[in-house]
Amino acid sequence: MSDPVSSEPVLAVDGLSIGFQTRRGLLPAVRELSFSVRSGEMLAIVGESGCGKSLTALALLGLVPPPGRVTGGTVRLEGRDLLALDEAALRRVRGARMSMIFQEPMTALNPVLTVGEQIMEAILEHEAVSRKAARERTLALLERVRIPDPERRFAEYPHRLSGGMRQRVMIAMALAGAPAVLVADEPTTALDVTIQAQILGLIDELRREQGTAVVFITHDLGVVSRYVDRVLVMYAGRKVEERDTRDLFAGPLHPYTRGLIAAQPRAGAGAAGAERERLAEIPGTVPALAAMPPGCAFAPRCPLADARCVQAVPPPRRAGSGLVACHHAGETHAL
Amino acid sequence: MPSDVMLAAEANATPAPAVPVLQVSGLSVEYRTARGVVHALDDVSFELAPGETLGIVGESGCGKSTLARAVVRLLDPSAGTIRLGGTDITHASRRRMRAARRDLQMVLQDPAASLDPRWTVGDLLAEPLEIHGIGTRAERRARVADLLGKVGLPPEAAQRRPHEFSGGQRQRIGIARALALEPKVVVLDEPVSALDVSVQAQILNLLTDLQRTLGVSFLFIGHDLSVVEHVSDRVAVMYLGRIVELGGRDSLWRRPAHPYTRALLDAAPRIDGPSAPAGPGLAGDTPSPYDLPSGCRFHTRCPIAADRCRNEAPALRALSPGHLVACHFAE
Repeated sequence: MSDPVSSEPVLAVDGLSIGFQTRRGLLPAVRELSFSVRSGEMLAIVGESGCGKSLTALALLGLVPPPGRVTGGTVRLEGRDLLALDEAALRRVRGARMSMIFQEPMTALNPVLTVGEQIMEAILEHEAVSRKAARERTLALLERVRIPDPERRFAEYPHRLSGGMRQRVMIAMALAGAPAVLVADEPTTALDVTIQAQILGLIDELRREQGTAVVFITHDLGVVSRYVDRVLVMYAGRKVEERDTRDLFAGPLHPYTRGLIAAQPRAGAGAAGAERERLAEIPGTVPALAAMPPGCAFAPRCPLADARCVQAVPPPRRAGSGLVACHHAGETHAL
Repeated sequence: MPSDVMLAAEANATPAPAVPVLQVSGLSVEYRTARGVVHALDDVSFELAPGETLGIVGESGCGKSTLARAVVRLLDPSAGTIRLGGTDITHASRRRMRAARRDLQMVLQDPAASLDPRWTVGDLLAEPLEIHGIGTRAERRARVADLLGKVGLPPEAAQRRPHEFSGGQRQRIGIARALALEPKVVVLDEPVSALDVSVQAQILNLLTDLQRTLGVSFLFIGHDLSVVEHVSDRVAVMYLGRIVELGGRDSLWRRPAHPYTRALLDAAPRIDGPSAPAGPGLAGDTPSPYDLPSGCRFHTRCPIAADRCRNEAPALRALSPGHLVACHFAE
C-alpha cells in the first residue's frame, strides 16, 4: 500500500452530515463524516443496520431520498464539490466519473430493456459515439465482466439472468463511463458465497487494472479482511475508527470495533471437542436517532465508559495507520 | 494439538448414539410446476441424537429449506421416512401431527412473519400450551414468565406486541414460543441470517445455553459457514438436493473431502482465515434444479471431474467412522 500523502485523493469527503426532516425537527443520521479514497484503493465502510453507511453511499452521488437530506459538508470528486452541483450537472457525473452498484441489481436494471440496450444507453448518455461503436463497447464490457457468450446475453432481458449474472451486468453498466470511483453498496450480500467470490474477484481486478477507486459498503468483516485496503467503522452516524485493514484486525482501538470482531464466530474456535466457546456479545442495542445520547453514542453499551464519555463526543484522533474517536482509545487491550 | 486429544474429540463429535430423537431416511421432495418437476430433495438420510446440533449448510437451491419444511411436515415428501422418537410421522394425520408438534418445533428466519402482530407476546407464548390443554390459566401465565426469562426477556414483555421489539428480541420471542412445549427437536431455518453480527452473537449464545440446560436437539439450517460451524456438533453439506458430505464439524472443517465443501470453505472469507482464496474458485452458476446434471450433480463445476462423474452418481460412503462423502475420488 502506498504512503497516504503520496497521491491526491480522487474522492474527498469532508464534514458530511445527513439528516431526516421530521415533524419533531431534523434527526441527524450521519454526522461530520470525513474520509478520502485514492485511485486504485478499496475503502470499506462497515457497521451494523442504521449506522448510516448506505445513506453515506447515496449521498456521494446526490441520491439521498427525502425526507433525508444532506445538511452539511463537501463531497469532492477530482477536486469538484458535487454537493454544489445542480441535478443536471450531477447526472453528467453519475455513471461517468462515479457510478454505483447496489445489493439488488433489479432495482437498477430496467426490466423491459435487454441487457445490451441498457448498457448502450448508459454509454450514449455520456458520450457522442455512434450506435455501432456503443454496441461494440457494450460487447467488450460484457466480456470484461466475464459474461459468457456476450452476443447472446446482449439480447436477453435481466429477469432471465441469475443473481450473479445480473450483478455482472450492473457492474458492466457502472463501468460504461470508465468511472474514477465505484460506490458498491452491499453488492454481494444477496449472493451465494461461491458467486460472491466471483464478483468480489472481479471488482478487485477492476481496481487493480483500471485504477478505479472503490467505496465498498458492507456489514461482512470476513469480506473486508480479504479484499479491502482500509476500513472505516461507523456507529450511530459517526466514524468511530479508520485504519489499514491489517492493523484494524490485529489491534482494533475502538471498543465498538473490538466488540464487532469478537462477536464473529471463528474458525476452529473451541478446538476439537472442547466446550463450545461463547461469542462476545455487545450488550444492549443501538440508540434510536431521536434518542441519541449527548456524549459518545456508544457509551451506554461500552465497558470503558466514564463521566467524560457521557458528556463529550470524542473527536477523531490520529492513531498509528489511522484515526479513532474514543476517549479511552488504547485501553481496549484491557477488555 | 496432541493426536490423542483429537481422536477423543472426534469420537465424541461423530457417531450418533443408539437412540436418535429424529431419523430421516431416503427423504425426497418433488415439486410439480408449470416448467416441469423440480427434484428439490433427493434421497437424504441422517439421524439426530439427543442434545445434539446437526448443521445443514449449502447455497441457494441446495434443498436445505425444503428439508427443514419436510421434516416438520409443512410439505409432503415423495419418498422416504421421518421418525420422531421412534414414531413414523411421514404420513401422520393432522391430528397425530398436532400431538407430534409437542416434540418437534420450528424457528424461522423472520420471526415477524410467524408472530401475529395483533397478539400480545404473552398470548403468543401461551397459545401452544392452550392448544395442548396444558395447565390452568395461572399456571400458563407463570410458564410464560418462565419462558421469557429463559430467553433473556423481562416478564413485562408479555404485555407488549411483537412490533414493539427489535429483530433480535423478536427472534428471542420466536425461540421462546418454539420451546413452550419442551420439544425434543427444534428445526431452526436460518435463525440469525437477518440479524446484525452483535445481535447474532447474542442469539447464538442463547441457543448454546438453552441446549445445555434443556438437552434439546437442533437441526440448524444456515448458509453462513462460520455460524454453522460455531453451533454444530456435526455438519451436512448439501448441493442440488443431496447431501455431498456429512461429518463431525472438526473433521469436516479440517479435512473436507468433497471438492464442493473445499470450494465453499475457500470462497467464504473470514477474519481469521487466509487472506486470499487457495484455489481459483468455482466458475459459473449452480445448474437449474429443473435440468439436473447427469451422474454427480457437481460435475459441471468440479475441478477434478472425470468421465465416471458424468455417468455415475457417487453414493454417500464412509471415509472414516462418522465422516461420509459422496465423491468417486474422495479418500
